[in-house]
Amino acid sequence: MTTAPPGAPQRRATSPRSTDRPAHRRGRPMTASRRANRAGLAFVSPTFLVVLVVVILPILWTVLLAFQDAKLVDIQGMGLFGNWSLDNFAQIFGSAGFWSSLGTTLIYTAGATAGSVVLGLIAALALRKPFRGRGLLRAAMLLPYVAPVVAVAFVWEVALSPQYGVVNDWGRRLFGWDDPIAFLSTREYEVSLLGMHFDIPLALLTVIAFECWRYFPFAFLFILARLQAVPHGLEEAALVDGATHTQRFRYVLLPQLMPVIALLCVLRFILTFNKFDDVYLLTGGGAGTDIAAVRVYDFLTARYDVGAAAAQALVLAVSLMILLGFYFKFFGNKVQEES
Amino acid sequence: MTRKAALSRAQFEERFFGVLRWFVIAFLAVITVLPFYYMVLLSVKPIDALLLDPGSLWVSAKDFTVSTYRDVLRSTDSGGQGFVKFLLNSALVSLGTVLLTLLAAVPGAYAISRLKFFGHRQVSALFLAVYMFPATLLAVPLFVIFAKMGLSSSLVGLAIVYVAQTVPVSIYMLRNYLVTIPYSIEEAAAIDGCTRLQTVRKVILPLALPSIMATGLYVFMIAWNEFLFALLFLAAEPGKWTVSLGLAQLSNGIEVPKTILMAGSVVLTIPVVLLFFAAERLLTEGLTSGADKS
Repeated sequence: MTTAPPGAPQRRATSPRSTDRPAHRRGRPMTASRRANRAGLAFVSPTFLVVLVVVILPILWTVLLAFQDAKLVDIQGMGLFGNWSLDNFAQIFGSAGFWSSLGTTLIYTAGATAGSVVLGLIAALALRKPFRGRGLLRAAMLLPYVAPVVAVAFVWEVALSPQYGVVNDWGRRLFGWDDPIAFLSTREYEVSLLGMHFDIPLALLTVIAFECWRYFPFAFLFILARLQAVPHGLEEAALVDGATHTQRFRYVLLPQLMPVIALLCVLRFILTFNKFDDVYLLTGGGAGTDIAAVRVYDFLTARYDVGAAAAQALVLAVSLMILLGFYFKFFGNKVQEES
Repeated sequence: MTRKAALSRAQFEERFFGVLRWFVIAFLAVITVLPFYYMVLLSVKPIDALLLDPGSLWVSAKDFTVSTYRDVLRSTDSGGQGFVKFLLNSALVSLGTVLLTLLAAVPGAYAISRLKFFGHRQVSALFLAVYMFPATLLAVPLFVIFAKMGLSSSLVGLAIVYVAQTVPVSIYMLRNYLVTIPYSIEEAAAIDGCTRLQTVRKVILPLALPSIMATGLYVFMIAWNEFLFALLFLAAEPGKWTVSLGLAQLSNGIEVPKTILMAGSVVLTIPVVLLFFAAERLLTEGLTSGADKS
């Protein structure tokens, strides 16, 4: 029983190659590898079909639509090809709104990515060693990530409301704020620090904070898993050599964590760049939070301008690919060397 | 002298981070738990109590009410917000998505983890590329196609889109588990005369059950929480709204008191949170397996 299985398939795999019985070979329908090929293709085909119909074909069609003058009303009668034009792109690149929205998207994505990964790293380091109630806290910390975005966005909206929100009420009581702060609808909030006045994009920062809060558990999970796989000997050796806490982190732990952190940054960057729900639900894209995904949605549903929406989505996807291309060109190899 | 200084730095850091750690833990506990406590708290308060004292973090016994839940769940005909209907829609779409996704993903993951077929190297990259493209990019053509096919306001159409969005990550999760099942078990089954399908059904499926359940739960959560496509396809038909969509649409208006909507968010959140806690270990391991060996 224990010896037979490893031997048997080898014999099966080599037998087609043995040429001593060619007549028999013609009778045999398929070799093992061909059978595996058939079975593999058959098993993958449902997935492939769904992805093809609902993802790949729509993407290709978006590319076509982006080069056409297509409004939702007349798209019914329109053929797949026709009225080629570059009007959509001319319109997009010519409008100031697009460039500012691309800038906002970049700030939003970079801020949310960095924030959530750093917070996740801090959380993983704090929860590394066991303590009473760690399991419970670990589970509770995943709540922001698993809870429905609509529900948590609504809670934030209510909590930050200038009229009935808990944050403004406590702010007035504890910090003596004179006026309630409309976190989600203030484009620029004037802060004076050491006699200087700054304008900070409050709504954008609030949205970034929300994003960090919602996605740090994701980073936390991955970093904690990696952290627990770091061999103890490494740190003990550093300890014996007299390395302090910060030195052990900087020179022992961080290099070990770098690959997973880099992976998380790339993942979070892609997912946040394409994110629509969070900003739409919190601010509706107003008050300086007009990220590109929300702009595409507006073009589609408010103006029914399918062509312009498609063109913008396409430009968005291409800029993401260019950014990722740069990343892999300049940093991809380095990360691999470190790992 | 230098030795003493180094030692004291080490001691200082040891003590400093020892204290800081507890502050961080307390901070994390507050930021993750407080918003959810606040959600439940507001859902059992009448709106007047909230407006009177927005800063209070508890509810007095005389204010305590569950009428918010009655209001939010009751059907629209009897003056409520009709969340029972929304819950039903959400459950239908989510369960349908789980079923279809697993039907496609289990064979797919098996093939990718075991079989050398034409293009087996490229196919997983292809599937993961799904997440490269913004959902809004898909939204435009899907919106148009579904409008053409008359699926634009149907739960079936929505489920199909969800399947496409969840199949790749499911395959990824299942594959990570399947590669840990020794190949010799399958060979033993083959020697005993099992065909490929029989092997999958009688040997691999029972062994992979924990992973399949974790994946199913994860897919359920994604489908239950999804918002963009529900908004695009179903916004015009209140009878087909999912809970997420219903809550978002109602919270845009000012007619419905916030405390009642808070009850709605609790209703929306509870199923996923319960499922999550029931299977936390399964899920976190399913998601991060592979992350610790890079």
